[in-house]
Amino acid sequence: MYTQGLDQKQKKSVADPGDSPERLAAFQARIDADEKIEPKDWMPSAYRKTLIRQMSQHAHSEIVGMLPEGNWISRAPTLRRKAILLAKVQDEAGHGLYIYGGTETLGVSRDDLVADLLSGKAKYSSIFNYPTVTWADVGAIGWLVDGAAIMNQIPLCRCSYGPYSRAMIRVCKEESFHQRQGYEIMLELCRGTDEQKRMAQDALNRWWWPSLMMFGPSDKTSEHSAQSMAWKIKRFSNDELRQKYVDATVPQADYLGLRMPDEKLVFDEKTGHYEFGEIDWQEFFEVLKGNGKCNRERLEARNRAHDEGRWVREAARAYAEKQAAKDAA
Amino acid sequence: MPRNKLQKTQREEIMSKQGWPLYEVFIRARAGLSHRHVGSIHAADKTMALDHARDLYTRRNEGISIWVVKSADIIASDPIDSDALFGPAADKIYRHPTFYKIPDDVENI
Ligand SMILES: [Fe+2]
Ligand SMILES: [Fe+2]
Repeated sequence: MYTQGLDQKQKKSVADPGDSPERLAAFQARIDADEKIEPKDWMPSAYRKTLIRQMSQHAHSEIVGMLPEGNWISRAPTLRRKAILLAKVQDEAGHGLYIYGGTETLGVSRDDLVADLLSGKAKYSSIFNYPTVTWADVGAIGWLVDGAAIMNQIPLCRCSYGPYSRAMIRVCKEESFHQRQGYEIMLELCRGTDEQKRMAQDALNRWWWPSLMMFGPSDKTSEHSAQSMAWKIKRFSNDELRQKYVDATVPQADYLGLRMPDEKLVFDEKTGHYEFGEIDWQEFFEVLKGNGKCNRERLEARNRAHDEGRWVREAARAYAEKQAAKDAA
Repeated sequence: MPRNKLQKTQREEIMSKQGWPLYEVFIRARAGLSHRHVGSIHAADKTMALDHARDLYTRRNEGISIWVVKSADIIASDPIDSDALFGPAADKIYRHPTFYKIPDDVENI
């Protein structure tokens, strides 16, 4: 989702000469015994690389994820909604920082990671490249996008890498509020006027399929799942998580009296699961390539914020240096 | 100097001008508990480190007291030394109360 299968054309990782078969076996034995790996422990270079990629993509997604909802902070319909949305968006900034912090324990610097985001080199979740055109989109995002995020992040709480797992536990404690405030917005709209209900249905129509894409490519085409599973970075496959999400979310739409925009959606009595239509993977890969509706706008917004904040960062640094010099004197 | 090395040095110079040092954050959840490590933050100086730690780690009454310390100032043991440091404790079972056999009739011990 935030992190799954975002770069498909990853090169086969080359074995590091330091990764001797004995060390690899001892490492895998620790993982198999459900031990956590901590920053200073020895780890295979591919494990480190996989985590840096996944965690930084996750952090970038939290940061860029503030933009679609941030769009509505100044126009939230009530003071109550405004306070809630501000708190929610602030939480997402926090999520980004927790995870950048976790990634830095792997020997990379946040400044470098952010530079990769700003230059367009690093990926972030496809979902944040869709526009938020009505207030109902804020409801749909909380309900569906944060809902999908929860589905993905709960298993990550048990991830084998200690700092990632701890960051995810912190994040998961905060996500539930995000999803519930979104669903509450949808409830209000669905109990409102016909026009409000139409607005809710329209938002669902536009966000449902992109939220399913958040779980990443189908298992049939996803490349680096098996190794991540063996390392216990990942606990469920993309399709397994997607199915859980559909099963949990469809009844919630029913309760709202809304229809999922999927003609093929049907409950299978035998399996106890919902069957759903084919995802438009062409759209998914186009958005990942940078051709979504808002890719350019998002990167521009991040770059502008970074550039406009530069003098503040430099001034704070200069002040700190001056104070330190004074203290030393 | 080889070209790529020069580039790296320049980059490091830029980084040291722009980047803020890393601090580790410890929070006391409530009186009666120790401060506990919760994560890290970047800040230009100690005042900002406290402010950022407060914004990032105590948005939901998670704490009543914060410690921040520059990550570079932490002195940590190395996992390579784990056996030497912690191994010897394993065979000193006489440090545990269950090592001693006291008859059941003896009370309050
Ligand atoms: Fe988040
Ligand atoms: Fe969230």
